Amino acid sequence: MPATDPGAPTDPATAPRPAGTTTPAGRGRAGGRPPAVLLMSATLAALFALLPLGYLAVRSLERGPAFARDVIATERTAQLLGHSLMLAAVVVAACLLLGVSLAWLTVRTDLPGARAWSVLTTLPLAVPSYVAAFTWLSALPDLAGFGGAALALTLVSFPYVYLPVAAALRGTDPAQEEVSRSLGHGALRTFLRVTLPQLRPAAAGGAVLVALYVFSDFGAVSLMRYDTFTRGIYTSYRAGFDRTPAAALSVVLVVATIALVAAEARTRGRAGHARTGTGTVRPAPPVPLGRWRVPALACCGAVCAVAVVTPLATLGYWLAVGNSATWDPATLSDTALTTLGVAAGGAALTTLLALPVGVLAARHRGRTAHLLEQAAYAGHALPGITVALSLVFFAVRYAEPLYQELPLLICAYAVLFLPVSVAATRAAVLQSPPVLEDVARSLGRGPLQVLREVTVPLAAPGVAAGAALTFVVCMKELPATLVLRPTGMDTLATRLWTETGTGSFAAAAPYAAALILLAAVPSYILGRHRT
Amino acid sequence: MRRPLARRLTAIFAAALLLPAVAACGVDEDDAGLVIYSGRNEKLVKPLLDELEKAVGTTVAVRYGESAELAAQIQEEGGKTKAGLFFSQDAGALGALSGKGLLEKLPQGSLDKVDPAFRGGAGDWVGTSGRVRVLAYNPGQVSTVPDSVHDLVKPEWKGKIGYVPTNASFQAFVTGMRVLEGEDATRAWLKGLKANEPKVYDNNLKVLEGVGKGEVSLGLVNHYYWYEQVAEKGEDKVKSKIHFLRGGDPGGLVNTAGVGIVKGSDQAAAARKAVDFLLSEKAQKYFAEDTKEYPLAAGVTSTVKDLPPLASLDAPKIDLGKLESLQETLKMLQDVGMV
Repeated sequence: MPATDPGAPTDPATAPRPAGTTTPAGRGRAGGRPPAVLLMSATLAALFALLPLGYLAVRSLERGPAFARDVIATERTAQLLGHSLMLAAVVVAACLLLGVSLAWLTVRTDLPGARAWSVLTTLPLAVPSYVAAFTWLSALPDLAGFGGAALALTLVSFPYVYLPVAAALRGTDPAQEEVSRSLGHGALRTFLRVTLPQLRPAAAGGAVLVALYVFSDFGAVSLMRYDTFTRGIYTSYRAGFDRTPAAALSVVLVVATIALVAAEARTRGRAGHARTGTGTVRPAPPVPLGRWRVPALACCGAVCAVAVVTPLATLGYWLAVGNSATWDPATLSDTALTTLGVAAGGAALTTLLALPVGVLAARHRGRTAHLLEQAAYAGHALPGITVALSLVFFAVRYAEPLYQELPLLICAYAVLFLPVSVAATRAAVLQSPPVLEDVARSLGRGPLQVLREVTVPLAAPGVAAGAALTFVVCMKELPATLVLRPTGMDTLATRLWTETGTGSFAAAAPYAAALILLAAVPSYILGRHRT
Repeated sequence: MRRPLARRLTAIFAAALLLPAVAACGVDEDDAGLVIYSGRNEKLVKPLLDELEKAVGTTVAVRYGESAELAAQIQEEGGKTKAGLFFSQDAGALGALSGKGLLEKLPQGSLDKVDPAFRGGAGDWVGTSGRVRVLAYNPGQVSTVPDSVHDLVKPEWKGKIGYVPTNASFQAFVTGMRVLEGEDATRAWLKGLKANEPKVYDNNLKVLEGVGKGEVSLGLVNHYYWYEQVAEKGEDKVKSKIHFLRGGDPGGLVNTAGVGIVKGSDQAAAARKAVDFLLSEKAQKYFAEDTKEYPLAAGVTSTVKDLPPLASLDAPKIDLGKLESLQETLKMLQDVGMV
């Protein structure tokens, strides 16, 4: 039985609110109970996401709880966890700062070349963390350690914050800001007091993704030689040839993730910000930057220089020093097509699974919805190898024909990246006015019809953005792809791994460049598409 | 503006979702007579495995990955494994699978081609090529090269040593030292080395470059990196030299890449042919000439210039299967603060 929404009648967000232009998107309404279809499909998605946990339970306990406890209860575990948390905190803070300020600059001001900047600021997402770390290390070898890891991870993950915040800025009603400005508040004050609070759900969602990305990253921390929890788990697989200690350590990471997601949900706040006024969506008039124009441009330029130009320049260097023998256009184009195919499949399945979870999380704040959302996040912080081995475990037992076939690889992408899509969907649904759903319902539409005709179309741009984002992260996924791909199949990421494995960076450069160029396409569409 | 985009994306994604399912139906799966899980890099062994396919006389499919991760995967697959043959970068991963009873006993004829020192104690894996730990040095900075790794803890080498503590070969060497000289001696040596403030590099090639440039005077590497550099750049351009540590010194450990037949795959017949091919003269010459490793099958010697015969190295005697006890090594390296 689905839990009723306990927060509904006394929800603080139903208290009087300013200007009457926002409604609490998270409030329950008549009945408060989510439609069964939504609950069932969300449950399915959650179960899917919980597969790695089932596997971890089996593996970590195979030699009894005492063994698992001995593995976990060491000083080193605490130290590794501390490292991961510290790194995540620093990277999240930096990403919030970069993401929110760049989003505001590119969406809301008269920044010259705003569209180009919005595409450029999305591009770093296409750079795999190991490529970013490598390019920095090859330029500045002394960067290794905490600082280097934090830098590399910030530069590849700030778009996780930038994208949802930029989308939110495009979708919010400018009326409140105009009221604020008309009352004599300056641009900064208006931004801090009016705009920023509206961005909180989007920014918080992005921040959680960044934190989970840091938790699960192996490439950057490994090259930067900074010991995090994931690195400990990988080392345990590699050095011990033994799955039990690695599984036991992974459980700790899952617990940390759940705590993190729960904390985010708690601080998320209940206020949603949706327009309810009449008329069509009206873009906010750009804020004139005036004498801040040059510093703002310099700031965007600096970020793009370190996040985009540095890796590209290094790749250009590799391409230049490589001889023609390293070019294999046929393999390159085959691999690129395969990559596009599996990434599109991964993004499609992930989006489908995330949709019910995201809608539930945004519209039905019951305990059930809450648990389902947390379940969707549970596997995300796990290293790719753990998720991959869990799918090996289940597939050889219950779905052997699918093992090492494309559908299973695509399922792995869905398990790994479900939260990326859930966060985008939730933010998008939160921004569409629930009143419209109430109206549709009052006109006699059933829950499914409301979902199909009102909720999903309104949230579509945000959901599409989430899909594009998932597409990009699937393209650069490495460890799970190595384990689960059909034998003989290669993606750009696995080719990149093969070429760099023998130290031939020149031969790897075309694949890295193709990866970044292809991932730039969805980035370009996202950056250009403005409602 | 928003709905057409959303619709178009929906259509694209719906098609994308169906595509793999359709593609999967079209694939003639598993008509490969032999599936090899290769922990050795595609760049290094693909030409050889193409030859192997001809020799075995059946379709061969190769899955490339990291040795340790493939070993974990084979364990997870258990009796339903798709792998017929596991081609590992090092003896440790083979030792681990052997210890779990996941490898099949090899025919005595195959085993006998290789010195017992380079095959599994249970007769279920065999080394295919050898890689020797050596000291790289800068001739401009070092007049007398140490003959033992134990000399590296002397104060005169402070700040002059380059190494890769995260490298699997380095860790295998430390494991070898643990097996040869015991835990306490190894821990003491690691502490001594650490106290000498060695410079950490990303990989063996970087160590060689560092030695060549004089950033450090000595480096702990595998022998073939140097020969590869020489083959690539010419001997006059390579500024480092290498020194083999003889007399059973743990620093002169010979580790092997090797193969084992995976139990439960019904590809054993083809896998046995593959093992024999890898120990054939043709394949052994490939290792000698193309990857600059040591051939291990009796009767084949390396033709690489200046590479001393394996028998002359007087390498430390060690059961390579025991190199799987890497977990303890790692713990020690962590305790000392090297990784």
